[in-house]
Order: sequence, then structure tokens, then C-alpha cells
Amino acid sequence: MNLLLLISVPSLTALIVLFLYEPKKIKAVSFAGSVIQLGLVLYTLKAYYQQKQLNPLNNFFFEKTYAWFPSLNINFHIGIDGIAIAMLLLTAVVVLAGILVSWKVEKNVKEFFFLLLLLSAGAYGFFISLDLFSLFFFLEVAVIPKFLLIGIWGSGKKEYSAMKLALMLMGGSALIFVGLLALYITTSGNGFNWQVVASLNISSELQKIIFPFLFIGFGVFTALFPFHTWVPDGHSSAPTAASMFLAGISMKLGGYGCLRVAVYLLPEAAHYYSPYIIVLATIAILYGAFATMMQQDLKYINAYSSVSHCGFVLLGIGMLTKTSINGAVLQMVSHGLMTALFFAAIGMLYERTHTRMLKELGGLLKVMPFIATVFVIAGLCSLGLPGLSGFVAEMTVFMGSWERVETGYRIATILSCSSIVVTAVYILRATGQTVMGPITNNHFNVLTDATWNERLAAAVLLIAILIIGIAPFYLNDLIKPGTEMMMQKIASSVK
Amino acid sequence: MNNHINIALIPLLPLASFVILGLFGRKYIKTFSGVIGVGSLLISALLSLQTAYQYFFVDGKLNGVYQKVIAFKYTWLSFSDSVSIDMGALLDPISVMMLVLVTFVSLMVHIFSLGYMKGEERYSTYYAFLGLFTFSMLGLVLSTNIFQIYMFWELVGVSSFLLIGYYFDKPSAVAASKKAFIVTRFADLGFLIGILVLSFQAHTLDFQTLIDTLSKPQTIGSFMGVSILTWGLTLVFMGGAGKSAMFPLHIWLPDAMEGPTPVSALIHAATMVVAGVYLVARLFPVFSVDEAALTIVTYVGLISALFAAVIACTQTDIKRVLAYSTMSQIGYMMFALGVSKYNGEEGLGFMGSMFHLFTHAFFKSLLFLCAGAVIHLVHSNEMKDMGGLRKYMPLTNAAFLIACLAIAGVPPFAGFFSKEEILLAAFHSNKLVYGVALFTSGLTAFYMFRLYFSIFWNKEAHLHGEHHGEGSFAMKLPLVLLAILSVGAGFIPFASFVTADGAALETHIDYAFSAAPVFFGVTGILLAAYLYKTENARPQNIANTFGGLYQSAYKKFYIDEIYLFITKKIVFNCIGRPAAWIDKNIINGTINLFGNTTVKLSESVKTIQSGKVQSYALYFISGALLLAALIIYAL
Repeated sequence: MNLLLLISVPSLTALIVLFLYEPKKIKAVSFAGSVIQLGLVLYTLKAYYQQKQLNPLNNFFFEKTYAWFPSLNINFHIGIDGIAIAMLLLTAVVVLAGILVSWKVEKNVKEFFFLLLLLSAGAYGFFISLDLFSLFFFLEVAVIPKFLLIGIWGSGKKEYSAMKLALMLMGGSALIFVGLLALYITTSGNGFNWQVVASLNISSELQKIIFPFLFIGFGVFTALFPFHTWVPDGHSSAPTAASMFLAGISMKLGGYGCLRVAVYLLPEAAHYYSPYIIVLATIAILYGAFATMMQQDLKYINAYSSVSHCGFVLLGIGMLTKTSINGAVLQMVSHGLMTALFFAAIGMLYERTHTRMLKELGGLLKVMPFIATVFVIAGLCSLGLPGLSGFVAEMTVFMGSWERVETGYRIATILSCSSIVVTAVYILRATGQTVMGPITNNHFNVLTDATWNERLAAAVLLIAILIIGIAPFYLNDLIKPGTEMMMQKIASSVK
Repeated sequence: MNNHINIALIPLLPLASFVILGLFGRKYIKTFSGVIGVGSLLISALLSLQTAYQYFFVDGKLNGVYQKVIAFKYTWLSFSDSVSIDMGALLDPISVMMLVLVTFVSLMVHIFSLGYMKGEERYSTYYAFLGLFTFSMLGLVLSTNIFQIYMFWELVGVSSFLLIGYYFDKPSAVAASKKAFIVTRFADLGFLIGILVLSFQAHTLDFQTLIDTLSKPQTIGSFMGVSILTWGLTLVFMGGAGKSAMFPLHIWLPDAMEGPTPVSALIHAATMVVAGVYLVARLFPVFSVDEAALTIVTYVGLISALFAAVIACTQTDIKRVLAYSTMSQIGYMMFALGVSKYNGEEGLGFMGSMFHLFTHAFFKSLLFLCAGAVIHLVHSNEMKDMGGLRKYMPLTNAAFLIACLAIAGVPPFAGFFSKEEILLAAFHSNKLVYGVALFTSGLTAFYMFRLYFSIFWNKEAHLHGEHHGEGSFAMKLPLVLLAILSVGAGFIPFASFVTADGAALETHIDYAFSAAPVFFGVTGILLAAYLYKTENARPQNIANTFGGLYQSAYKKFYIDEIYLFITKKIVFNCIGRPAAWIDKNIINGTINLFGNTTVKLSESVKTIQSGKVQSYALYFISGALLLAALIIYAL
């Protein structure tokens, strides 16, 4: 199969949307496009399994190279492994759900869906890229629409948030770009090919200089402390679908980049910086959790909890054991799904009650049982209930982290584990205030429950969460060859 | 050999009930919810009985010892070649005993709820949650893997949370459900770290291998002067203490009584709260080689037993009295494990603990169901609204009396036999433990009969309006069945089935030894009769005499207040608030400062801003290239 299809379908859908005028048709086409895309990703998964069976030793499949800037030796090189497919699946599910919850958008419908689709095309391109230049290119494609989505369709102090998000992510991109150029120069003009760079022997001094650029750059995307402040503001101002994309997909671009580019290409530096990463990740986990505990706005609650949960991604990567990196990838997928579900539920509540403040909400389980139940399940997933995806990911990170026996690492692991208590506190606080208790406002009594599209959106995400939670071996087996391949290089670089 | 499909069906049927009722209950099959719940549990209970029969009588012993049988096991999540989370079913005497116990009590509660919860708006949700709980509890009991038990452990916790918060529009119920979840979560943190410690030491998560590895004498490192094994076991025990409401992690249990009463009978009396005891029993071969950890278990259990019994004497909410009584009885089970050894005669404590767990489940769930029937009648939990109820509900009166006699340890009721073994084990191991346990058994008899007389004798309660006596057949049947077991369960030759090492234990009733506990029990009963059988001023006088002690016991020794102080004043105000403040002002402030400075700077270099995107791109790329080149060539 040709992976270009994965970029073409959303791009083509976006293009068709541009030529449509009726909002209904625009929505229908976007929906159809994202369903086709999900089907395509599932087909890719099947094709991958077939190919993997035929060539079990291969790491990457469906590789293709197209010349892009021949004079600079820059090619468009694509290919996927299990980790990339896991991320593609995440993207397809979140995009589908995001389009479904946007059914009620009325302002500039065409532009809205065009931007959503463009953003998703960027994410697909990012995950299939095996060339650092195209990787960077798609990263930018996935960022710029965010600025517009928040600035135009957002709420609250949206201009400030949009600007802050764009500037901070652009700052991160600039760091990444510097790092990538430095790598480009080390290949002495042989281009940006990821595999080529991986096979080079970059001196450890050089690695130590380039690594912070790449890791912090990608880290900004995944809410690396203290560069996380765009997360709360950005999420709270964004329209529902944009929040879902932002937390579900964009933040994962960062984690994926940290792992695939920074750590994998510069393993010696990764070992050198590992203690620093772990300190920052542990701070993010606990500090994010404690900060969440004090928030009043539901979107801020989920945004700060994302800081905490993405800390697990960074912790898993920083621990540099096979299990912990596996856990980091699992956490990326799990957090993407769960946070998208959470934002979807918050969006549905907000659309009806017109408030997201804990104090003003209450007793919604009585008037909108479906939405309230989804909200509770998203919360339970966030606090790591077995049977849902969060548990699997967090426990894998913990098991992997515990393999590091040095006292400092053990302390970091224990501190990170203790976040499961704080998470329970803030999740129960949020659900207790919002959906339980007496009804606080008489207007709530006339509100209606979820519509078909909202039910479908929640169902798609829930099914994915349940599959991972109940049968994690599918996802685990899918990503394991990828982490094993990377671990060979990472482990061999220890001196 | 047991058929593994049958065994898998035991937990899966309640799960199916949960899924069906959860998805379709509210809209389509609401009126049948109870029937679906009861039906699934009935089949589960029958399959459990059949499994037990097969295990104990058909397969029987090998070389005089009941074997541990892995009925099935699948890898669920593998971390490395030797470390993986498996899902499976392990049959050994304690898990088979628990299978029968859990399915039977759950069935009784399902049946009782047909009458008790009739007409509830969320009737189907209630049965769905009961199904989820039963599934989780059975999964916990059958665990083959320490992580499997942890998973189901969390699931029973969340089922308990959902059921305590069943009346979700009542703020006190919401608060109680949150408290229960968070306190047990805190304890589970210990459990989780304990798992990490133990599994890292043993290189496995599988119970069998883990126990075999760790119970062998070996050289193990130490941390802060305490051996790693003790650390691991104590941390795991912390999880058990949280779930089993042991001091000082017990504060959630009395509040958990906000849930519907049949739920209290099932979860907070008979099954979930003994999970901690079960966990220690499951890991007992490892505990038995670690003296320090066992000592902790002993004293935590002993303190809980006494502490809760004292509080129970002063409480006026009948469900809270029962809650503290549960805590006290679980304390018995814990210290019985603590004073036990692994092999042969010295394993008496283990056997007594399991026996007491078994009999306690029957009479305590009976007490709760009776309390449910009483509350159903008088619409109040308070003793002051009750009295003289024996006329309205003769059957409940008889059942409650039987259960009280059983828990007070009067022969020949079930509690007498199990408590006897525990006291005997304590007597041979530690005289202090024995003394406290003996005194507590007197207290137990006292507060239980205080409860009994206050409800069924004493003054005449004024029942308002129309009342429906004892409720329907569905509410009576479980009382009768459980009452029969509260009398008869003691005659089961438990020691020949369930022991620490799987070999039969010789036990006999030593009448000379029984004299002391029976004396204490009867004294307690007589004292309660003197004070509470008729309405009089004596209890108030005694309360006044003991002024300070009475007040502090009535206020539950202010433990809740201490917790509130720590969480509200320290965690919220000294950690949470500063974290939020720092984020808002310092970190965000710095970013804003950068932003504002940039704006000001750009004002001064406005001319460069031509507005042409191409030139921006040029600046950006050339700047980045320059920086990169600098890095490379500076080396």
C-alpha cells in the first residue's frame, strides 16, 4: 500500500470542503472523509501485520522516497513501524470524534472544517515521515491552524491564548529547527534522512549540545515543565474540537519527537541528560496534579491534568528502559484518547449549561445521564482505573521506571506513583461537583441529553479506550518491535 | 479436574449482568433488572458450589495436602520475558472458600434488594453496579498474579465508590463516596509500591513464583535498616489495611454507610472489607518468614479490634455501630494471621482467621440486612427512633438475635467456634494479644446487645402512618437462610479444609479454655440487658461518669478531624494553593514578561518588520543556520 494515501485523503477532503457552501454538506463530507481515513488506517494496520509476518526482521514498512529539494539532498521519505501506526490510529479516532462534536459550529463553517482537516493531514504526515525535514514541515502544518482555530472560534481571552500558544510552539519549533540543521550539517550534506542520521556516529560532545535544542523544542509541545503554560490557556480558549486535537494529537507530536528524534538519534546525550529530564518530568507530574486540584474551570482542570499526564510520557522516555519507553508510547495513545473524551464531554456540558465553573454546576447526572456518564468514565480513565487505557499506560511506566535502581531514580518513581492519589482527589472533586450532588440551577432541569453525533463521538473514543484497557496486548504487541529496535541503539550507547 | 469454562463463568456472569443492565437497563428492561441480576448470581453461586465440591471432595488432596490449581491463565500485558501481568484463576482452599462465600452473600443481597430497592428510580443502575462489584470481587479472589489482584482491587474500590454514592443527589453520600475512594487510594499507593518492591526482588509478578522465591531464606538488601522484604510486605499490607478499614485508615468505613443498606451488607461487611485479610492470607507464606511484618499485622489488627469496639459502644446510628463492629471483627482476623505460623499446629491462627472470615460474613451480612429491614420500617438510622420493634417484625427480631449471639461468641452459634480458634492461637503465641482480644470479645457482646435491645426492646417507637411490617418474601428469604448459616456454619469441620499449608489440622473444643470467652460474652450481654432492655436513666448516668472518655469515643477519637486538618490545612493550603499560585504568577508571569518585552523591543525595531513573509522566513532560516553553524564549528 502507498502511505501517501494517508495524507491525500484528509487533504483532498479539505480541498472538497473549500468548494462547498452548504454547512450541512461540509459537515457530511468532513465526516465521510474522516470515516474513510479511519478505515484506511485500519487497513494499514492489517497490511502491516501481513508484511510483518512475511518479513519479521524488517523495522519499517511501505517505505517510499520521493525527491523534494534534490539540490539540498532533501527527500520526502515515508515509512511506518508499529509505533507510528499506533499514533496514526490515535489520530484517526480523535479526528473522527472531533469532527462529530463540531456538528453545531455555525460560524464560518467552511473555514473551521478546512482547518481541522488540514491539521489532521499535518499530523498524519508527521507520523509517517522518516525524513527530518518533512517531519518538521508537517509539524508546522499541524501548528498554524491551531492559532486560527483558537483566535477565531475560541472563547474567553482567545486572542491572548492563541498568541501565546502560537509563540510558544513556534519558539519550540525554532529550537527544533536549529537542532535539525545541526544534524543536517553533521551528515555533511547527505540530507535529513532519519535512518541515515541514526546510523552516524555523532560524537558525544556534539550530541550533548544538540540534544537540548531538540528535546526542549519537542518538549514544549508536550508540556515540558516549565514550558507548559500555553497548555491551560490554549485549551480553555479553544473550541471543543480544537481542544481535542490539541491535547489528543498535537501534544503527542512533541512526545513522539522527543523519543524518535532527540532520544533515538542522540542516545548518549539522552543518557547524560536523563536525570534532568526525570526531574522535570516528576515536577510536571506532581506539580500539574496539585495545580489541577485548585482549578475551578473544567477545561483548566483537564488542561493541568494533561500537564501531569504528559509528564508520564516524559518520565517514561527519560528513564530509558525498554518497559518505560513502551509505557511512554502507551501513555501517549491512552492520554490522547482519554483527554479527547474528557474535552468532548466538557464541551457538551458547556454547550448546554453555558458554564464550566465547578461552583455553578451540579447534579447533571439527573438531567443528562449519557453525557454525565461519559464524563465520569473519562475521569475514571484519567485516575487510572483498570479496564480503561490509563491504567495500562501508567503501570507500564511505573514498572519500567522501577528497573532503574539508583536511589534518585527510585525516589522519582515513588513520587510519580504518588500522583495517583492526587489524581483521584481532583477527579473526584470535579465529578462530585459537576455530575453528582443536588441540581444547583433550575435551568438545568430543561436541558437535553446528547444528540446522535455526540453519542457517536463518545462511543468511538470509548471503544478505543476500552479496547486498550481490556486487551492491552494488542497495542503492546504492536509497539514493542518499534521500542525494541530503538532500545538496541539506546542501550548500546551506554559507556 | 474442574472445568475451566465453568470457573470462568463464575465471574463473567455478573459482568454480563453489569454490561447488559448498564447499556440497556435504563430504557428497555428496567423492570427485569432485578431478575437478570438475581438470575446471573444464582447460576454463579451454583457453579461455585459445584467447583467447591469438585475441588474439596472429588479432586481432593494429594499427599494429604490440597493443591494449588491454576484453572487457566493468559498473559495480559507482558513487560519482559519473565515479568508479565496474567489474567487467570487460581484454585486453592482459600480462593474456593471465598468463591462460595462471595457468590452466596451476593446472591442473598441481590434477592433482598428485589424488595428493598423496589420502585427506585435507578433500579437497573443499582443492579448493574452490584454485578460490577461481584465480578470484581470474584476476579480478586481468583487472582493468579499480584498485579491481577491489584487491578481487581481497584475495581472493587470503584464499585464501592459508585454504590456508596448511589444516592448521588445527597451531598453526604457524595462526600462519603469520595472519602472512601481517596482513603483507600492512598492505601493502594502503598500496595502499588509494595508490588514494585516485591516483584523487582522476585523478578516476577506471578503469585506462585513470587511466593516460592521470597519465602525461601535468602540474603536480601535493606533500606534504612529494615530489610527490603519487610518494606515490601508492609507496603502491601498498607493496601490491605486501607481496604479492610484497619486503624488508622479506617475513617472511610463508617461514612460508607451512606450507601443503600444491602450494599453495606455485601461490600462493607462480608466481602470487600475482608480483601485485606485475604491479601495477607494469599501472601502468607512470605509473611510467615518475616517476623517484623507479621508483628505489624498483629498490632494493627489488635488496635483496630479494641479501638473500634470502644467506639461502637457509644454510637447511636445503628449502621455505624455495625460498621465499627465490622472493623473490630476484621481486626480479629488480622491479628489472628499475625500470631500464626505457616506449618502444621502452629498454623492455627491462619485457620482461625479464615474461619472467622467465613462465619463473620454470614452473621454480619445478616445483621446488616436486618438493619435494612428495620430502616425500611422506621425510615431512620437512629436508635432513638426505634424500640419495641419485636412486635412489628418477629422474624427480623429472631434473625437479629441469632446474629447477635453468633457475633458475641455464645455457643453453639457460628461465631463461637471461629473466635475460639483465634483466641486459642493468640493464647499460645502472645498473652498480651490474648488479653486484649478477650476483653474486646466482652465489649463486642455488650455493644451488640445494646444495639439489639435498643431496636427491639426498650421504649415503644412511634411508627407514623402506614407501615408494611417486614416487607416481601424476597426480603425475608435471605434473612432465614443467613440465620440458618449463622447457627450452623460453626459445625463445618473448617480445619480439615482450609489451613495455611493445605494439610488438615486437628481441632477440638477445649471446654476449660472456652469458659473465659463465654464468661466475658455473657457478662457483656447481661450488662447490656441491665442497661438497655427497658427505658431507664442508667446509660446516661454511665455516660456522664465516663465524661471525657465517652465524649472522645463518641467523637470517634477525633481521627476524622486530624485527617481533615492534614488534607485541608496542609495539603490544600500548603501544596496545592502555592502550586497553582506559582504557575499563575511566576511561571506564567515570566512568559508574559518575555512577550511584553518583545513587544516593546519590536516597537523600536519596527522598520525591520516589512510585513513581507518571505523576508521573515529569510531572517528565520538564516538566523537558525547561523546558530547551527556556530554550534558545529565552535567545537
